[in-house]
Amino acid sequence: MKISYYPGCTLKTKAKNLDIAAVASLEALGVEVEEIDRWNCCGAVHSLTADDLIHQVGPVRNLIRAKEMGAEKLITLCSMCYNTLARANQIMKTDPVKRDTINRFMDEEIDYNGEVEVVHYLSFLKEAIGWEKLKQQVKVPLTGLKIGSYYGCTLQRPAEVGIEPFGHFELMNDMFRSLGATVMGFADADKCCGSYQVLSSAPGENSASANIINTAAGQGIEALATSCPLCEFNLGKQQQQMLDKGNIEQNVPTYYFSQLLAVALGLDSELCHFELNDRQSLTLLENKNYLVAA
Amino acid sequence: MCETKQKTQATPKVATGDRAILPEGAKTIPVYIMGKKYEVPETLTIMKAMEFAGFHFLRGAGCRGGICGACPTVYRMAGDYKLHFGLACQTVVQADMYLAQIPFFPANRADYSIEEIGGLPEAIHALYPELFRCVACNQCTKACPMDVDVLGYISALKQGNIEKAAKLSFDCIQCGLCASRCMGEIPQYHAAQLARRIYGRYILPNAEHLKTRVEAIEAGHYDAMLAELEQMSKEDLEKKYVEREREPDFAEVGSWSPAETKYL
Repeated sequence: MKISYYPGCTLKTKAKNLDIAAVASLEALGVEVEEIDRWNCCGAVHSLTADDLIHQVGPVRNLIRAKEMGAEKLITLCSMCYNTLARANQIMKTDPVKRDTINRFMDEEIDYNGEVEVVHYLSFLKEAIGWEKLKQQVKVPLTGLKIGSYYGCTLQRPAEVGIEPFGHFELMNDMFRSLGATVMGFADADKCCGSYQVLSSAPGENSASANIINTAAGQGIEALATSCPLCEFNLGKQQQQMLDKGNIEQNVPTYYFSQLLAVALGLDSELCHFELNDRQSLTLLENKNYLVAA
Repeated sequence: MCETKQKTQATPKVATGDRAILPEGAKTIPVYIMGKKYEVPETLTIMKAMEFAGFHFLRGAGCRGGICGACPTVYRMAGDYKLHFGLACQTVVQADMYLAQIPFFPANRADYSIEEIGGLPEAIHALYPELFRCVACNQCTKACPMDVDVLGYISALKQGNIEKAAKLSFDCIQCGLCASRCMGEIPQYHAAQLARRIYGRYILPNAEHLKTRVEAIEAGHYDAMLAELEQMSKEDLEKKYVEREREPDFAEVGSWSPAETKYL
């Protein structure tokens, strides 16, 4: 099986640990991952202004690249890339006036009419592999890991592009059940991490992310998993500073879901690039004895 | 940039020097230079046509060979809304061209020491944060007279792929037309040059043969030969040059060596 893949800029720089572990996992599961050619920035944040079509050009151009390659589906895993690509695709599918304007502006490209389906990695995992088959492929069950699936905002909002309905976190929960982890209910699973507010607050002083960590700790969650580099930045990379400033009481190591998937599939832990996570992340996995030699 | 020295000639004459040489019986076509109509001989480049019309280039002209990037031009055709781009020294005039030269477009170049900034993409991101204003409109690529995938290398820089950016931008001649069209106000070509410099300094392996040769030069291995040349008369020098041994064109690698080997 072969699938077209849109990585995203952050996954090639600050969040290599999200990208490399995810691609290696799919390949271990027998899927050939083909990165689309000549991709550009997804747009990062969807523009809500109705006539601001220039900000749809970036994501649509990526969808055109996928169409040119003959792809019916384009998978992506960064929550923000997923959101901007899926919402731009929604415009191209449903709004003929905007579609026409965008196609005319990009007169150097082939016309695009929403032919490519934007699919999140987790949805693809369920459809193409299935939880039963995934379970059979697990080499290192994450037995005893009390995990909280953290979706943040952009995987589920708005409902038209959500990977599943509000209040449901079954895709990530089912994946972790298949990997042998203990899935914990998590009250803050779709609370905002504070997003770009982190830029205007002092390091470790982002109350939105501190509240999420405190809720998780209070519920006995040992580890959080996300698919968003901005959420990981706010919850993971800021964690030590939140602790130092007394805004959280204890560490709750935060991972990309793809890193834990790769660990459970028994892949070389170097592929997970734990050096890019908070220091506590690696320690927890070592203590749990999950990091066997590949 | 340029100034008009004379009015349009009624009957084209054969010109010499840096002026167009007009074949006998050449037809003329109308072009509009900065809004004014001129009759110029067909087959001329834009640059020569402008000179034929009486413009004199003080700046905005360089190699006249399509390499230096000094003569970017923007034009429209009558009845067509599209903008077209080219180099004035390379693009042949067509009837009803509306022409203007863009000899320079302001684009700030960051100040850095290549030895100090290191070889990571973050160095480029820090010096050119404007990169992240790109909305992928692709006007830069459309404007490039060298057919460089400008959006491609800007995207590669955002993705931290310096090697890809260096290779995609290799044909850039720094004319600045990309920067003139950018709604994100990015100085693309300066960022690309930095990428190529970092690629050369930190990523590409050093060429061993170059290192050996530089060491030999610095050790004075060639000093005596140079001194010998410096003492020769102009006539002897010319004779030596004309009679020099030369590797034949398209010689197979390793198949030729000079008869005189004392300088090797």
